[in-house]
Amino acid sequence: MITLNHYLAVGGLLFCIGLFGALAKRNAIAVLMGIELMLNAVNINLVAFNHFLAPDQVTGQIFAIFVIVVAAAEVAVGLALVLNIYRRRLDSNIDDLDWLKW
Amino acid sequence: MLQQYGIIAVFLVGGAATAVAALAANWLLRPKKPPEGDKLATYECGLETQGPTWIQFKVSYFLYALVFLLFDVETVFLYPWAVQFQALGLFAFAEMIIFIGILVLGLWYAWKEGALKWL
Amino acid sequence: MLDVSALLFWLLAAITIAAALAVVLLKNIVHSALYLVLTFAGVAGIYILLQAEFLAAVQLLIYAGAVAILIVFAVMLTRRGDIKASNLYNFNYLAAGVVSLALLVIIILGNGRMAWTAAPAPAPASNVAAIANAFLGRYAIPFEVAAVLLLVAMVGAILLARGGKPER
Repeated sequence: MITLNHYLAVGGLLFCIGLFGALAKRNAIAVLMGIELMLNAVNINLVAFNHFLAPDQVTGQIFAIFVIVVAAAEVAVGLALVLNIYRRRLDSNIDDLDWLKW
Repeated sequence: MLQQYGIIAVFLVGGAATAVAALAANWLLRPKKPPEGDKLATYECGLETQGPTWIQFKVSYFLYALVFLLFDVETVFLYPWAVQFQALGLFAFAEMIIFIGILVLGLWYAWKEGALKWL
Repeated sequence: MLDVSALLFWLLAAITIAAALAVVLLKNIVHSALYLVLTFAGVAGIYILLQAEFLAAVQLLIYAGAVAILIVFAVMLTRRGDIKASNLYNFNYLAAGVVSLALLVIIILGNGRMAWTAAPAPAPASNVAAIANAFLGRYAIPFEVAAVLLLVAMVGAILLARGGKPER
């Protein structure tokens, strides 16, 4: 029997993998990929709670759809930022993006 | 409920099996002699490729994908509205017109900036 | 007799986690992007197991369809040097690993202590209808704000990606 805890464990594992990707990668696009993994993990949690604790409502699913919408907007703007930085610095390595620091 | 998705699973397995079967048949039927000479060229006729395969793309591709992504999201909102259209009534219709109107502004901007033009 | 949905759950969870690990660990960023698509598809399968069919379709449409394409295009636009070493670790990968592992341990321990007892009741027959009623009724304002967010994101992203007008 698969319980809510199983789904939460999958979500937690996915979140930690995404966190590692977001923290440890050098390429800005790879960092965005890690963030996408984390958002997916959160969505699994929302939908699992919805399914197991309040199956007669769709609140968790609505929440997940809004998360997906915001993630889409975030990817669009984030990748455009990376492209713009690449055009100026010919680089998408986030270790070098320190020219606000002096 | 899950039984209805069984047919999708059959499709997935069938699709994968077709590809594997084609490659396996190819492997079984082909001569086992190692290739030599012109066999190893990328194309046996036509021009040789020049430079690496991982070349840089034009930014137009990205702009198209960007506009596609945002209208893809709009579809997600349109679909449940269309399914429930009969039951929802005039208020929901007005809401959706406002929603589409806001996004058409974005399309107008993309058009004006030439993001839809293939340079 | 083995429960089919339990078997499917373990299969989908294994695919999703393995693909996510491949996204993070591979050194070629194009391969990472392809495994990202597989991860998204696995998550969509998990949604189907949770009887959220509409959300599974949304997941495939937006994530596996549009977001993945956008990421691959961005990869090809910012390519530089050897593609085989395009997705390396930065200087603090050890600290990142420690933090992620610590968080994982905390989550697993906390998850094990909490036993949710509520059994899943049968979900409403039409998932999409309930979602439509919620979007256009109770969540009408967030729905319109989402449109404004998408508009702002589109304008900003086009402006940034084009890099402004060329100087005359």
